[in-house]
Amino acid sequence: MRFSLAWSSLRRHGTRTLLATLGVAVAAAMLLDMVMMSTGLRESFRELLTSRGFQLRIAPKGTLPFDTDATIENTSAIVATLRANPNITTVSAVLGGTIHIPIGNRVVTSAALGIDPKVQGDYELISGRDPLGPNDIAGNDDFLKATGAKMGDTLDVASGYDPQLRTYAGSRKLVVTGRVRFIYGAANQLATAMQLATLQEMGGSDRKDDASLFMIKARNDSEVEGLRTWIWRNVPGVSVISTESALVEVDQRLSYFRQLALILGSVSLFVGFLLVTTLMTVSVNERISEITVMRALGVSRAHVVQQIVLEGVFITIGGAIAGLGLGLVTARYLNSILSSFPGLPVAIDFFLFQPRAAWMSLGLLSLSGIAAGVYPSYRAASLPIATTLRQEAIA
Amino acid sequence: MNVVEAKDLARDYEFGAERVHALRGVTFEISEGDYVAIVGPSGCGKSTLLNLLGAIDQPTHGSVSIRGNPVAGMSDRKTTEFRLRNIGFVFQRFYLMPTLTARENVELPMSEAGLGKAERGDRARELLKYVKLGHREKHRPSELSGGEQQRVAIARALANKPAILLADEPTGELDARTGAEIIALFGQLNTDGTTIIVVTHDEELANAARRKIHMRDGLIVDG
Repeated sequence: MRFSLAWSSLRRHGTRTLLATLGVAVAAAMLLDMVMMSTGLRESFRELLTSRGFQLRIAPKGTLPFDTDATIENTSAIVATLRANPNITTVSAVLGGTIHIPIGNRVVTSAALGIDPKVQGDYELISGRDPLGPNDIAGNDDFLKATGAKMGDTLDVASGYDPQLRTYAGSRKLVVTGRVRFIYGAANQLATAMQLATLQEMGGSDRKDDASLFMIKARNDSEVEGLRTWIWRNVPGVSVISTESALVEVDQRLSYFRQLALILGSVSLFVGFLLVTTLMTVSVNERISEITVMRALGVSRAHVVQQIVLEGVFITIGGAIAGLGLGLVTARYLNSILSSFPGLPVAIDFFLFQPRAAWMSLGLLSLSGIAAGVYPSYRAASLPIATTLRQEAIA
Repeated sequence: MNVVEAKDLARDYEFGAERVHALRGVTFEISEGDYVAIVGPSGCGKSTLLNLLGAIDQPTHGSVSIRGNPVAGMSDRKTTEFRLRNIGFVFQRFYLMPTLTARENVELPMSEAGLGKAERGDRARELLKYVKLGHREKHRPSELSGGEQQRVAIARALANKPAILLADEPTGELDARTGAEIIALFGQLNTDGTTIIVVTHDEELANAARRKIHMRDGLIVDG
């Protein structure tokens, strides 16, 4: 009976109920987006970092992977040292660089990764084959489109280019063997992969035995922190980053985002709460005589409160469900804008949908809906019956 | 057997520094099956007395017992439960729930009393037939005339088989013809065993009662 009474009371002022529900939906959408944003970027980074099973990364001291152009020397010796540790199953050295391909009157410039194709964790092969030979190169779709190259084509590739003199350094003819998708690649970024030795040789004597990054797989997750300490002791002049420490670093860099999300999320929740409270207060004040008569007839104070709280819950849940859809649509749209930021891996999601986050925001809103109905209904249910009826009759 | 016993019942109201004695100490009994009209000029304390009998107000001093149960001094929860089981209210302005149908309005007190859906539906239909509104059970108050609304309110008041039916100016909002129908309905109810206490200015309604209690200045002057 309370359920149908609450429902019919809301239907009695259909337009007002609809507008309030829409208002709550907007607040819910904003809250959901903020919750998704506060946790999404971190979780997305975690998924990206763990997607290929590497738990440790070694970068030049004081830097994050590919944060700068700095490199680590004596790659061969470091690889040998690392492979000698029985707790390390895989070592993948990566050298980052830039290559230039003259095509007619223009020059296509692309990022290049020197990798060991057998253990690499930077790309997924879409078609063709890995760059297994010293003169092989694999490129992503943006690279193949920009160069117009097809599988089997030979490209003149240089690692250095002087735009004033239009001269190239470190030139080499490379055959396109594969079409790949780079896991850490940014949107619209031209990128290629070739053997580590090939890119090192193209860089000349300065980069003969250099790497920008080592990615390491440990035998067990439990050994990661021990290995991190061991590498610090045995490989001087490097930063050793575990997935967890990288996430700590990400957290520090994203603290601004989280604070923003927290503030905006709190504001959304408060706006939703105020909206429902205002509506409930107006609705209760309009129905003082009905509520008082119900009390006179013997309806308990608790049941009057329950019925009005139910109305608040209906509006809140309706708004929250609509807000869930609205929030997902806006998150998707905003994500498409933010993900195209230059330099950010395209696989990173700013707004990652997590059921827990969705339930949390729905739960918070429902609680606020309950809280919003309690005060006005309790106040109305506690009015002195005889006096209120007399005043209502006079009014 | 007395269904209502009031002893030295008084009710004062504070209006700022002023103290108004609405009821100055009234004592009376009403027997089971009686039909009593409380009459008197405006402001004589009729409605105040009805509110105290109906346990929607507390006396400043004195006591009220309904079927031997003292009403004054009970907790809000117990008083509410007492009203639900023992008192039927009929108001001048009907006060039906506008979003509920006639049948749902009659079901409301039964639902609160914990009756099952089928049982309360059957009883609500039976009561609506009794007040000659069986054909209007699915109509909302806005679709009913004033007299019909008051009859639904009477059916609602009878829902939990109360010890007494209290009516405050039940014909006050109705025209003479519809008022006469309500007076006839009260007569029928009393004949069928319901104890009725009605506060009214309506002479016809007062004359239909078996007993009249005349009030003036917060006191019973006759009856």
